[in-house]
Amino acid sequence: MKRRDTLKALTLSSFGIAAVNPQELLAEQRELELALAESNVEDTIEIPGGRTKEEAIHDAQLMKMTFFTPAEMATLAVLSDIIIPADEKSGSASQSGVPDFIEFMVKDQPNWQTPFRGGLSWLDLESRKRFDKVFTSLSKEQQLKIVDDIAYPQKAKPEMSQGVAFFNIMRNFTATGFYTSEIGIKDLGYMGNRPNQWDGVPEKVLKQYGLSYS
Amino acid sequence: MLGGRTNHWGRISLRFGPNDFRRKSIDGLGEDWPINYDTVKPYYDKVDKLIGVFGAPANLPNDPDSIYLPPPKPRLHELMFQKAGKALDIPVIPSRLSILTKPINNERGSCFYCHQCNRGCQAYADFSASSVLVIPAVKTGNVTLITNAMAREVLTDQSTGLATGVSYVDKEKLSEHTIKAKIVVLAASACESARLLLNSKSARFPNGLANSSGVVGKYLHDSTGASRGAFIPKLMDRERYNEDGVGGMHVYTPWWLDNKKLDFPRGYHIEYGGGMGMPGYGFGWGMENQNGKYAGPDGKMKEAGGYGASLKNDYRRFYGANIGMSGRGEAVATADNYCEIDKNTVDKYGIPVLRFNYKWSDYEIKQAKHMQDTFEEIIHAMGGVATGSKPGPENNYGLAAPGRIIHEVGTVRMGNDPKSSALNKFSQAHDAKNVFVVDGGSFVSQADKNPTWTILALSWRASDYIIDQVKQKNL
Repeated sequence: MKRRDTLKALTLSSFGIAAVNPQELLAEQRELELALAESNVEDTIEIPGGRTKEEAIHDAQLMKMTFFTPAEMATLAVLSDIIIPADEKSGSASQSGVPDFIEFMVKDQPNWQTPFRGGLSWLDLESRKRFDKVFTSLSKEQQLKIVDDIAYPQKAKPEMSQGVAFFNIMRNFTATGFYTSEIGIKDLGYMGNRPNQWDGVPEKVLKQYGLSYS
Repeated sequence: MLGGRTNHWGRISLRFGPNDFRRKSIDGLGEDWPINYDTVKPYYDKVDKLIGVFGAPANLPNDPDSIYLPPPKPRLHELMFQKAGKALDIPVIPSRLSILTKPINNERGSCFYCHQCNRGCQAYADFSASSVLVIPAVKTGNVTLITNAMAREVLTDQSTGLATGVSYVDKEKLSEHTIKAKIVVLAASACESARLLLNSKSARFPNGLANSSGVVGKYLHDSTGASRGAFIPKLMDRERYNEDGVGGMHVYTPWWLDNKKLDFPRGYHIEYGGGMGMPGYGFGWGMENQNGKYAGPDGKMKEAGGYGASLKNDYRRFYGANIGMSGRGEAVATADNYCEIDKNTVDKYGIPVLRFNYKWSDYEIKQAKHMQDTFEEIIHAMGGVATGSKPGPENNYGLAAPGRIIHEVGTVRMGNDPKSSALNKFSQAHDAKNVFVVDGGSFVSQADKNPTWTILALSWRASDYIIDQVKQKNL
């Protein structure tokens, strides 16, 4: 039954008609729940390949929510580009969509929400203490002064430990977001995930490592 | 999509060997199977031919060969494992996976090396129950397939003691249904089949169906598992090429030692990982633990962590230079490790759930210690640097918690004695001759092999027996 038809048909038992079998009532209730779960997202939901309907609904619901404020998103963009800047080979983290990736991940795995929001707060607080402005309003030089204090876990000062922990998380998410994007996969030179024939390691690579198939 | 774990499993398709059916005769622990390798061999052959498996004959005494399709050539890191194995006298041979490197019929394609077996193959070039067994079965027209049906219990006739059908709840509509049956075959996975039988209580079967022996739920055992990773410096700055291969390892190590000379009774095999895989979630994590340890392109060391162009270059340089090893071994089955019905908890359909009691013994812990020692030997022979610190006694040498390897078997074990087993040697319940269990529940012992191929062979054997018994009017 199509969702619209389901919603129409539900009026039968939802007025509490006495003769209806409780089993059927329960079944109808369940159909209503399913239909409502869908109607919360879009009228027609597209189910991408490899996803179940429930997963597609879950993703669509996540995409409708917003977690980070515009200011937080701006900070994520600046920070991620400090971590992975554009170079002669490829674009930057923000160009590959890292801030949007982090936005999605913290909604998909809410345990990351506080580390990110708190870490961004820590960063702005540190910026205000030192330079009287939030992180995104600092000059590049000022930004790097703070980043230099939290980007090297082994030589960072003990009082920077929370900043170091946040920067490690930020570095990890930036790397995953960038290298799982189209830009990043090309940058890395990953050539798979396409139909092909595997006939072993190329000859010159075998030679390089002194290995052979015989 | 139909079915469970065969949609996303590793396709490791190993036969049990002759010794795996008679462990008690060898080391005095556990129990012997009521059948031997020669009984199962013809069914392994049939499974090989129906489903397809690649590998290379190795003629090993306790790791019998299947009827093989050609194996894929080893990847670069796998050649390195082989070289290290040669130096250490550890066999590293072509893996045995149910992936079609050549077409075997017109219904299924052959592998096109996209490495995504765990998503279910759209060309049906690997084995999943849905694509290889259920679809052809439905096409015969002799099968009525009911999906979203959660079995509640097996129904029995109180006078004859025979099963009369199964009751189930429709998971979508939450409505109750009953199906009448002359023969009931459970293939719900070891724990779920035990749960079904234990929940099928009646005046005649107060301990649950097929459980007059009290063994249903007992002798639960999972494969042991322990792992270690390493970094291979000479693999930094690798040449790029497509090294996806099939959706799993191309080489593995079958158990190679004699337990009589060791301080633990059962063996393990080793699975190998590594290579230039597709970056996924988690890629690049922990670089701050790695890039301070190895010299940069300029030959100089630098501070760990960091940011910017130099960090970006590190991700490229380190890509494809990590390897991993996982031991998968045999645990000793014991009545003390069991699942049982939780008296206080039901699932959302109102069906009582299982609770688990499972502790590793010294046998498994010492085996895990041996795995860790072997992993380090192999890493050193490869010129690698082991990741993190070596797991020790404080965490059982990295031995994974029971259940983590999801090879759970043994809960409805077979045997000749109805007092100590639930099923006979045809996977038929001693207490109710029209009830069969054809998942891992029937296993007496697990072996250092993945259970799927043996589940398939024993299931086929039970099917042949059912046909024979129906013809003879015994069923």
